[in-house]
Amino acid sequence: MKKLIGRWEFLLFLLLVGVFILMSNLSPHFLNLRNLLDSTVHFTEKGVIAVCMTFIIISGNMDLSVASNMAMSAAVMGIAYRAGMGIWPAAMLCLLVGALGGLFNGLVVTRIKLPSMVATLATFSLYRGIAYVLLGNQAITGYPYQFAEIGQGYFLNTNIPNQLVIFLALAAIFGFILHKTTFGRTVYAIGNNEDACRYSGLPVDRIKIIMFTVNGLLAGLSAILLTSRIYSTRPNIALNYELEIITAVVLGGVSIKGGRGSMIGVVLALFLIGASRFGMSLLNIPGQMMTVIIGMLLIVAILLPQFLERFSSKSSEAPGKAA
Amino acid sequence: MSGKLLELRNIKKRFPGVVALDGVQFDLKPGEIHGLLGENGAGKSTLLKIITGVHQPDEGEIVLDGQRVTFSNPLDAKHAGIAAIYQEPTCFPELSISENVFMGHPIVSGKLNRMDWKAMHKRTEQLLKELNIHLDPRTTMGLLNVAERQLVEIAKALSLDSKILLMDEPTSALTIQEAERLFKVINRLREDGVAIIFISHRLEEVFELTDRVTVLRDGKYIGTKATGELTTQEVIRMMVGRSVDELYPKKEVKIGKPLLEVKNISRHGEFSDISFTVREGEILGIAGLVGAGRTEMARAVFGITSLDRGEILLDNQRLNIKSARDALKYGIAYLPEDRQDHGLVLAMDLAQNTTISILDRFKYSLLNKEKEREITEKYIELLNIRTSGCTQLARNLSGGNQQKVVLAKWMATEPRILILDEPTRGIDVQAKAAVHTLIGELAEQGLGIIIISSELPEVLGISDRILVMHEGKIAAEFKRGEATQELILHAAIGRSSVDADAV
Repeated sequence: MKKLIGRWEFLLFLLLVGVFILMSNLSPHFLNLRNLLDSTVHFTEKGVIAVCMTFIIISGNMDLSVASNMAMSAAVMGIAYRAGMGIWPAAMLCLLVGALGGLFNGLVVTRIKLPSMVATLATFSLYRGIAYVLLGNQAITGYPYQFAEIGQGYFLNTNIPNQLVIFLALAAIFGFILHKTTFGRTVYAIGNNEDACRYSGLPVDRIKIIMFTVNGLLAGLSAILLTSRIYSTRPNIALNYELEIITAVVLGGVSIKGGRGSMIGVVLALFLIGASRFGMSLLNIPGQMMTVIIGMLLIVAILLPQFLERFSSKSSEAPGKAA
Repeated sequence: MSGKLLELRNIKKRFPGVVALDGVQFDLKPGEIHGLLGENGAGKSTLLKIITGVHQPDEGEIVLDGQRVTFSNPLDAKHAGIAAIYQEPTCFPELSISENVFMGHPIVSGKLNRMDWKAMHKRTEQLLKELNIHLDPRTTMGLLNVAERQLVEIAKALSLDSKILLMDEPTSALTIQEAERLFKVINRLREDGVAIIFISHRLEEVFELTDRVTVLRDGKYIGTKATGELTTQEVIRMMVGRSVDELYPKKEVKIGKPLLEVKNISRHGEFSDISFTVREGEILGIAGLVGAGRTEMARAVFGITSLDRGEILLDNQRLNIKSARDALKYGIAYLPEDRQDHGLVLAMDLAQNTTISILDRFKYSLLNKEKEREITEKYIELLNIRTSGCTQLARNLSGGNQQKVVLAKWMATEPRILILDEPTRGIDVQAKAAVHTLIGELAEQGLGIIIISSELPEVLGISDRILVMHEGKIAAEFKRGEATQELILHAAIGRSSVDADAV
């Protein structure tokens, strides 16, 4: 029990419950299930990338290029569609471009050995630039009706948005890989001590390339969801998404230094941000206020593990010395 | 005590699990160069760190100029006129020579304490000239080579009016010409009355430069003698002088067919033209000084770095090793010199560390906590690891137990060749004996074992055959029984025993 209380994920859960209690008291519309479910669309597009960003940050890396990659993949999809390609082949192309963008990041990080922060800062600029070059200032619109189904539709005959189902399914799959497979174990080990992993014969570079490629693939998927929802493509879509995604991951308790964190924490953080934002919009509180609150929470999320560590290292000193 | 600039009396220093210094004495007269000698681990560095205020002695006293002093930090020692110059000088590479020399004690002028660059450049130029170095004080430090940087460090020490200079292996990174130049500077300083403590593994240098030498062994004071009264043989005997056989019981193992053959491997700037064979059940010791290229060679064989030339064969098959992963596939394991940074993931637990190299043997890549625990518990028992259990974090184990976990990790991969790099460094005597016994048992199982160690008694006690490396090359090879500490040390410092007798 004590172990549970000390965990950041548990605090996030309490915060989420707190937000629900507070908001439902302040606004009669908050606990409307349909509204609540619809509101998730505001974070599920970021969420599908956050599930893989979690791996990247736990491994001690960073990917700043995802939002730019979304714009680039969406632009290619739009142009392909306008040139006469079917919408589904175009969507596949979008996934492919996203994955290639991610693969390129992975290659730069592992072959040229640039820190991922720098490598993806470069492609952050590069991919967004490519989107602008491809589209200029125009927007592509006029996607077919069925295409809107993915980003705007609902799962079977329920009130659950497709996007939420996709996000939860991905979170479950990625959570399983992170916590239950040797791949996930290796990701944690790399984040804690990359050198020791190399000396232990772990395929460090291969794992990095896989993570960055999948992150790009999911950026492509996110681009499809976003395009389908807003029904148009512009080069400036998804601005600042990368920062919001990283924010959610760090708020979820993933250590920015790598080596620590969990999928459930990231999912809870996304829901917490989503629910707060939805509640505040119901109360007509300006969005800027939300940014202030997220900023404060983030500082707590970063500081708390250090406090906990100091606290727990005091209590575990005795057995450590005895050993 | 008149005539003595610095005197240390009965210094004791303990670290967890080790007595680093046990009743050591040392004294320094003005204008003398005093050599400090001993094997790796003899306590030289600890003594240096006590003189420079990095460590504080548990017992004993330091007397400077007839006054008892205590240095609670390096700054105290610096203010007392003690400066240290290391193998690789620490500096600010982006700043100029003057800025480096006057870092921390700038010349300032006026009420606003403005930096007086003119004065600083002038003073630096003067200091450099005194040392007979012709460099512009405005030159960026990063453009200088190691030798020049050391000289700037000396200039810095002079700018602080230091009376005592400590030099820890100052020549190990220098060419012969650069070293000669340094010696000229050192001799000049001696004439000016500066006292110098000089540590070097190169005995020739010690004989050329020093007035007296003090020898430490296993943290104990062995003796101080005038250099002129000593021969190389005597110095080596003072440094080594311990009976070896009792400590390292050797198991008799039948040696089988050749397992690993290394042919003419080279890597630029690290080692060249190394060849050797390891047989089943054989323990091959590799001796040499720090920096002789032993670790570099092992790392290349294990695939951490690449080879420029040469080939590696296992069972007469040529191996293509591009990474540690490849090496592991062929059954080659390497226990690294630095267990904390390269051997273990300290923030992970015992089970996670033990199974880290066999993750790809798990079915469907799924983690299996039950199996992990089973494997880990097996090794905890086998290696007698003192721990609270599988879930204890590696960082909370003692050094010896950490080393056993690294061994467990490699044993779990069931290797055929095990390369051990300083396997007993920094662990206590009991754990050491346990590791040695274990190495013997592994050899008995038919593994080929390569052990790199700077502790001569260890190499002598455990190996069937010993290679000695010197400056990246194999300088000598001895069979068990032929080798003595004296012979190995002579080969390691790059001279034949014939020369040494002539000294």
